[in-house]
Amino acid sequence: MSWVLDSGRPIYLQIVERLELSIVSGQFKPGDKVPSVRELAVEAGVNPNTMQKAMVELERQGLVHSERTSGRFITEDEAMITQVREELAKKQIQEFMERMNKMGFDGEEIVTLLQKTMREGKK
Amino acid sequence: MNAILECKGLSKSYGRFQALDHVDLTLEPGKIIGLLGPNGSGKTTFIKLINQLLVPDEGTLLIDGNAPGVESKSIISYLPEKTYLDENQKIAETLDFFADFYDDFDRSRAVQMLEKLNISPEARIKTLSKGTKEKVQLILVMSRKAKLYCLDEPIAGVDPAARDYILNTIINNYDENATILISTHLIADIENILDEVIFIQNGRIRLYSDVDSIRVNKRMSIDGYFREVFRC
Repeated sequence: MSWVLDSGRPIYLQIVERLELSIVSGQFKPGDKVPSVRELAVEAGVNPNTMQKAMVELERQGLVHSERTSGRFITEDEAMITQVREELAKKQIQEFMERMNKMGFDGEEIVTLLQKTMREGKK
Repeated sequence: MNAILECKGLSKSYGRFQALDHVDLTLEPGKIIGLLGPNGSGKTTFIKLINQLLVPDEGTLLIDGNAPGVESKSIISYLPEKTYLDENQKIAETLDFFADFYDDFDRSRAVQMLEKLNISPEARIKTLSKGTKEKVQLILVMSRKAKLYCLDEPIAGVDPAARDYILNTIINNYDENATILISTHLIADIENILDEVIFIQNGRIRLYSDVDSIRVNKRMSIDGYFREVFRC
């Protein structure tokens, strides 16, 4: 029912991450209207103040903008969405690389292993 | 902004037992605040003082700038720990009672919420299950347009589905200018809807903080931090 959130990290940050993902994955399309803070708060099972804080952060990033009377909308700047998408991917890759490095793999080994795994996955 | 609640040196004892010990606290409006503490820490005493069911031995308490009295009661919506409704009444009669008693009671809102739960207004309160009774009481309390809501253990003793319903009802009816003070020891269930927490122990305030500072500084959930602070 409510979103799965980790109580050990600020809730608004996790909401920002989740909404970023909804935007870059196309679940929210450029120019789409964002549901109201209250609707989203109830869906997520969080306080409206927390949802509001997450919205302010998304506005600051430019992924969402508010029209005075008609609510909030997803940006129509597709270049920006592409950029955020790449940043999120980079972050994932860096985290992956760090874990692999800890296991003793260097860059080249990782690439080889990645290609091998992908080939096996296709079969 | 004016404080919704301000107390200085607030103390209350029962015989030789010091239930509240010189509490200083100022709460700003527009927050959902958890009043968290182990059993016997002073949570209910504090809430009863706010609602003028008890009189302090020492210290001052102001609610939206006024001492507890007729004025403060008109802006506080209070959910006591134990039921206070007349169990022989039908729900419809209790709705009349609330509408008579409180100017800010939104009857249609209450009726709507009861309909959604398929609770008949003709049902007598004593015929309801414990979980349904809790829901009905919460609906009554949240259907008032108050400035301060005091919810004393709203989720104790109900099943997880009823718990979710209660939390949703709180979020759904929460007006951003109001303050909700929720006392509980079931922290994990409630912490995601809180803005701030008050830790209370032996009648004293151990900590008053916003939840995200605790999460960032301690790298812990509120529940985890509570367990650490109150380890036996």
